[in-house]
Amino acid sequence: MVLEEKKVIHVYDEGGPRLSFSYGPQHPGTGHFRMIVTVSGDTVVDLEPDPGFVHRGEEKMAEYKTWITNIPHFERPSILDATHMVLPYCLAVEKLMEVDPPERAKYLRTIVAELDRIASHLYWFSLYGIFLGHSTMFLWCVNDREFILDLSQLITGQRFTHAYVIPGGVRNDAPKTVPKDLVKEFKIYYMHMIGREPSQEELNEDFKKYVLNVADFMDLRLDQYYEMFFDSEIFIERTRGVGVLKREDAVKLGIPGTTLRASGVSFDTRVADPYDAYPYVKFKIAVRTEGDCYARAMVGFQEMRESLNIIRQTVEQMPEGPVKVKQHPVVIKVPKGEAIGRAEAARGEIIFYVVSDGADRPYRVRMITPSFRLLPALPHLSIGSRIADIPPIYWSLNYWPVETDR
Amino acid sequence: MGWMELREVVEDLKKKFPEDIEGEVFHEKKITKIVVRKERLMEIAKYLRDLHGFDHVKGVTGVDLVALKEGGGPYIEVIYHLGSIKNEKLVDVILNISIRLDREKPLTKSLYSIWPSVEYHEREVYEMFGVVFEDHPNLKKLLLPEYWMDTPPLRKDYKVPGRD
Repeated sequence: MVLEEKKVIHVYDEGGPRLSFSYGPQHPGTGHFRMIVTVSGDTVVDLEPDPGFVHRGEEKMAEYKTWITNIPHFERPSILDATHMVLPYCLAVEKLMEVDPPERAKYLRTIVAELDRIASHLYWFSLYGIFLGHSTMFLWCVNDREFILDLSQLITGQRFTHAYVIPGGVRNDAPKTVPKDLVKEFKIYYMHMIGREPSQEELNEDFKKYVLNVADFMDLRLDQYYEMFFDSEIFIERTRGVGVLKREDAVKLGIPGTTLRASGVSFDTRVADPYDAYPYVKFKIAVRTEGDCYARAMVGFQEMRESLNIIRQTVEQMPEGPVKVKQHPVVIKVPKGEAIGRAEAARGEIIFYVVSDGADRPYRVRMITPSFRLLPALPHLSIGSRIADIPPIYWSLNYWPVETDR
Repeated sequence: MGWMELREVVEDLKKKFPEDIEGEVFHEKKITKIVVRKERLMEIAKYLRDLHGFDHVKGVTGVDLVALKEGGGPYIEVIYHLGSIKNEKLVDVILNISIRLDREKPLTKSLYSIWPSVEYHEREVYEMFGVVFEDHPNLKKLLLPEYWMDTPPLRKDYKVPGRD
């Protein structure tokens, strides 16, 4: 490490034998990812991340596919956060084509993107919980995620990997009404979980009202999450003061997203370089200064609330109108040039660098994913801690192996 | 907006290193990229870090220019996407510094000593394009299997089996 302060590692058998073992790749939980851990007693003295088990060559594949058929396969690195994986690509292609999506499309993109962020965070906390021995969190999150995914399905037609964003708009418009069965199911679930009937606004088949009700429901559930998980002894004991990432180190290692914000840096691409409907909505950037595993979780928790706020505002403000500039055929030509598209994915800033030589397929597409940028944090935080601290550190980063490997 | 400040940074670089800037691509929305001489990359990087506050690298991209119709040639282009948290005026922009390396023997100095965040990105460019970064602390394969001996896969002359 070139970082100024070298970590002091306390081992009780100085000069004693070291044991190296492989943590993964049959990793219990996420995709396939390995850490080569060297320990002395149960203190980690070295850790080397070894990604690449699910590398599929997305960047090479992109050079063989056309501009449009690239969209569905770019989602694959992170299926639970699919919109954010294609959004910067489409933003970059739009810049090259010099088109601007219609207003309604911008709002729809924002809604679907924020739904994905919530779904992704819920998935994150479900696994975070179960790896710290809190099974209730797993069941709650996975259950509630259903209604977020149903909403995504209603708008896009798919629960995830919806390939919804296209250059110059979105694929289809949101429906005006919600199926009766879904409303009925949601009402029953609401009763079970909250203990009373939805009262905020009358719940019926109207799309806008349904979305507002789901947002209110999630808000109430987040209060319950706080009591059950974020304020519980099981969680706090394992995470507070564990894996502290200092502000300077976070910046130096190029860490993005929730991890960066938990270390006290108020950086969010949605605010720094706003795209789509983000300039029209008001929200706060969730920031904590502690930099430990608990702070990282709390940043994610607060982000879900802000996402709900954004969804409420966008649904209220969404104008009527067309949702795409035009229907693209499968083969389109994109003018020569290079462009950068960036967005704030659930895990942090995602950047696409696109080069076109005027042909019907990209000359080069580079994806810089947030999980890849999280790699240096793993050894930095784990070295010097105990083996038992690896799960909280790993899960607090919200690291996603498939997104790293691409 | 950060675009104006970024423009000033580029102008400042041109004044400071008049001989070493080989080209520039500037478009307010699309991209701001400057091509520098690879021998002077270290000095320019240091200057950008110390004077303008570019404190981290968001990514390193390799591009094989051999098949590019316009402006191509037997080169591998390596682009460093720089970002800044320290300098509040430049938080919202990305500055792209690019160098062109000989395709037959791509060799350059690693920027690890200036920006530790390049570590894994440079390893990826090494395995995908065969670019050797001198003084990199741990230059070995990252995503590809250890036994990969074929052409670096993101070069244009590597053909995916069963595709063409």
